[in-house]
Amino acid sequence: MSKERIQISEALYDIMPSDYQDLVKSATYGKEDRGWKDIGTSKELIEQHSLCAGCPESMAFRYILASLPNPEDTVMVGSTGCTSLVFPMVAVHNIHSLFGNQNAIASGLKRALSVRFPGRVKDVVVLAGDGATVDIGLDMTLQAWFRQEKFTTICFDNELYANTGGQESGLMQKGFVAKMAPVGKLFDKVRLPEIARESGCHYVVNCTVSKPSLVEKVIRNAVHIAREIGPTYLQLYTPCILEIGKNSMEGLQEMRDSEKPTERFAYKEYISEPAKQLLTELAAKDKERKAAAKQLAAQAQAN
Amino acid sequence: MSDYRVLPGPEHFLPPAAASMGIRLPNPGEAHINGVITSEENAYEEAARQFLMAKVPTIFPGPLVLWAWNEKAAKKATAIRHLFNTLKECVQPGQKPMLIPMPDYRPKYPKINPEVEINPNHPNLTIWHNKIDCCIFVGVHCHQANLSLKIIRGGTSCYTIAMCAQAGHEDAMLSIRDTSVEKIMRLADTIKRLKGTVQPRQASA
Repeated sequence: MSKERIQISEALYDIMPSDYQDLVKSATYGKEDRGWKDIGTSKELIEQHSLCAGCPESMAFRYILASLPNPEDTVMVGSTGCTSLVFPMVAVHNIHSLFGNQNAIASGLKRALSVRFPGRVKDVVVLAGDGATVDIGLDMTLQAWFRQEKFTTICFDNELYANTGGQESGLMQKGFVAKMAPVGKLFDKVRLPEIARESGCHYVVNCTVSKPSLVEKVIRNAVHIAREIGPTYLQLYTPCILEIGKNSMEGLQEMRDSEKPTERFAYKEYISEPAKQLLTELAAKDKERKAAAKQLAAQAQAN
Repeated sequence: MSDYRVLPGPEHFLPPAAASMGIRLPNPGEAHINGVITSEENAYEEAARQFLMAKVPTIFPGPLVLWAWNEKAAKKATAIRHLFNTLKECVQPGQKPMLIPMPDYRPKYPKINPEVEINPNHPNLTIWHNKIDCCIFVGVHCHQANLSLKIIRGGTSCYTIAMCAQAGHEDAMLSIRDTSVEKIMRLADTIKRLKGTVQPRQASA
């Protein structure tokens, strides 16, 4: 549904629950400069959710939904895990896929959308946990990248199967002992960002969600590059505070500790040459647009 | 013809889909009451009687009319408001007509507010909370209406009416098909005509 169609029938407006009225009145659908700074001053595209108190995943969700460049024409594809508890409360079209096949679903969806709406920008964003992306769904993840499917894959990496009690996942760090993995992991964390680069992704980032401005930047880059050039991959650390024995207030610090230069979530970014060129063009256009807006504002003030 | 009848429940935890019990949908110009094909005229009369008998007659408008996604949807919304206003004028003291929206189909967890909305994935929360004993679905996509109607039949004694823009709903106790603005207005007129001829039910749902 495009933005123009998100209107409530006048005759029944008064009976609509206030969250829907707010979505129409003050959500940032269609706003060109939408971003994390809109949080608190406009209606967010996420209602109350059932994640644990202090869960970094909920922060990540809020930043991502605030940063999507085109939410009214975006379809998100989720998979089994903690994220699937949140999607019912998200005001962006979304599909819950079977465990692991999210990238296969997104491939078909993206192709179908380009046939059905040839003149319109329709973004597809996969958002799944590390189990769905790296273990159960690795086949579908890699094949989508090999085929150069034009959508973004976001992995919420909490380094284990949090939703089912803490089993070992491919992205768990070596030696880590979890409730359902008492021996400790025997192998290294799968290096999916490197694999993504070698598999044809044009933009790959490995980081935490401790900085909203950074999340906004990488989400916008990833979606724009996927739209024009090819697959993009973001691996975002969203620690499960329950499974690593932390308190509700300690999620943010855990992320800060894990993004230090020598740590496993130190910021890493790969941009292919065509993607670099696109980002430069976009930055130039953005600069031009801002300068024009500034000039208009100055003129208005002078008049 | 099937002996099965689509009656107010509670039927049981998993009521069968009426279609699987041999109930068929009405042809154009027809309707069904309890799974038996009848004329549209009979269906309007029976729907109006059920509404006037109910302690809490309720209209559940769905996304197809709540959202003004085209001109026709906005017109239907106006007709539904007229139907509700007519109902309010025609009921007797002690009856409490309600107009509760079904804005979308997201399985809203951890909770919904049953006073202000109905969710098709757990409709009984709204039915039980408001003690609704007769309801009408209008503007709800077919698959979600069928799901909801079955759940209501399984867990409540609420009489369900479905005004469907397509071929009708066999899982409702009464269904009118090809719903248009004119048909909604016709139901309102029938309610007005029968005002005062039907006594409200004594017991609540």
